[in-house]
Amino acid sequence: MTETMENSLSWVPRPMRCELEVNNLTVAYRQPGGRVNTAVDSISFKVSAGEVVGLVGESGCGKSTTARAICGLERPKGGSIMFNGKKITPLTLRRRPKEFQSIQMVFQNPYASLNPRRTIRHQIEDGRRANRGEAPSVEELLDLVEIPRSAAGEYPYQFSGGQRQRIAIARAVAAGADLLIGDEPIASLDASLQAKIAQLMRDVCLKTGASLLFISHDLAVVRLIADRVIVMQSGHIVEQGPTEEIWQHPKEAYTQRLLAAIPEADGLGHIPQV
Amino acid sequence: MSDTNEVTASVPALKPRKKRFELPPQWKTAYGIIGVVVVAFWLIVAIIGPLLPLADPLAQTAERLAAPSSAHWFGTDELGRDVFSRVLYGARISIPVAIALVVLSMLLGGLLGMLAGYFGRVLDETIMRLADIVLAFPPIILAMVITAALGPGIGNAVIAMLVVNWPQYARIMRSMVVGVRGSEYVISDRLLGFSAWQTLRVDVLPNVVSSILVLATLDFGNAILLLSGLSFLGLGAVPPTPEWGFMVSEGVQNFSAWWIATFPGLCISSVVIAFNFIGDTLRDALDPHMRKHVQSEAM
Repeated sequence: MTETMENSLSWVPRPMRCELEVNNLTVAYRQPGGRVNTAVDSISFKVSAGEVVGLVGESGCGKSTTARAICGLERPKGGSIMFNGKKITPLTLRRRPKEFQSIQMVFQNPYASLNPRRTIRHQIEDGRRANRGEAPSVEELLDLVEIPRSAAGEYPYQFSGGQRQRIAIARAVAAGADLLIGDEPIASLDASLQAKIAQLMRDVCLKTGASLLFISHDLAVVRLIADRVIVMQSGHIVEQGPTEEIWQHPKEAYTQRLLAAIPEADGLGHIPQV
Repeated sequence: MSDTNEVTASVPALKPRKKRFELPPQWKTAYGIIGVVVVAFWLIVAIIGPLLPLADPLAQTAERLAAPSSAHWFGTDELGRDVFSRVLYGARISIPVAIALVVLSMLLGGLLGMLAGYFGRVLDETIMRLADIVLAFPPIILAMVITAALGPGIGNAVIAMLVVNWPQYARIMRSMVVGVRGSEYVISDRLLGFSAWQTLRVDVLPNVVSSILVLATLDFGNAILLLSGLSFLGLGAVPPTPEWGFMVSEGVQNFSAWWIATFPGLCISSVVIAFNFIGDTLRDALDPHMRKHVQSEAM
């Protein structure tokens, strides 16, 4: 299926370059009363070109903070994030540097990720303008995410959550993303759509040659799409490796517990262990 | 036969004629129509007033304190001026001043509130504490103090009212911008290379401007009342300028001649109520949930 879809790409994506290197990244939030909450504590990992990496862990373990830091939305307290050999700087009031615009994010809440007052076409055009190469047309992008071409002139409220997420993916692809980050992009979708959208993100990334950092607490879906998995617990990386290896032989107790908590829909009424 | 063929062939070519202007359905409520008609009436009167065959509003030629009659429909005041003519000419002062005041406070307050909300920190604290200082005083008292310091006159009254009026716009604008600022679509556009100013213009402003417009329409009434209040106290329009609030204050001195105060008072109420109707309709029209509700009723 993926093979046939790969051939269906109607434009030639520019050669992708993605070497993301996170070195000893530490992000801390100052809280009222002078307390400091270290959300991410000196983590290191790499994402190479064309790779699909799953970042998993329970809520509050620092997954989203890591993603935000990679996009420049958080100022690291320590360590560095290198993208294609350049250090990522935090976003200021100015434009984001062109070379980092090829890191794009798809957010959790589909109802907040599109501007309610602008048409789909306008918002995808914004993405196309950020593309350093030749951007695919809006119609081609809509085809890619399986949204009818006629939808371009419509407004976000005319779409369901899953469709909006597809449009957000199209916008990120329009920008010629070398690295696509999905920050729990399926968490607010209903169960039947979750696997579909996750699979779509993987397919889109494979087709365009982009890397995907897929953040989720849904391990079953991560297993479905990720080549490699990084497991986080309270700000630390406890384990990382190829997906199947981690699945078959989890080394850390935390990973074992996470895996044991996946519900099994076998009709036998198993309750996930916690 | 060939004729009929021609006719049938030409039918699909006919396009439904586009109406040049059609009122959006959510405006087709009784309140909306009344408000628009009344405001349109006063705007037309204000514009074409001098062209109408009216008595000179400043001429003190008629009999003093004459009751309404066929010669003087609304009677005359204590200087023998025609009240009907003065009321219509008053629209030329009261309405433009109120519009100017509302537009200026919307621009000033909106801009300050937007900057405070979007950029936060020191700018936010400075602007909002300034707003708090102004809001700590009763508006009419503060406006009185400022006009008294600057000297009576329409121009100074507008400045005073502007000082009093901008904080409410700033507060509302700020709270809405703070809500939109962190939205994921704003962040998405920042990630796509929009500068902060660009997102402010493209993402934030269009999503907050409707509420500010509604506030502005509802504020027109207040502006007219505030100006009337200042004029009533002798701090707004300077005699002999016909201004509604000032005319009411003249009438108060002559209770027996009820017509002097009643007619300008009715004018003030009609404009204030009409603007409130428009504001309410606008609020319903711009709120998607209300819009759906209103539209489904209309169907």
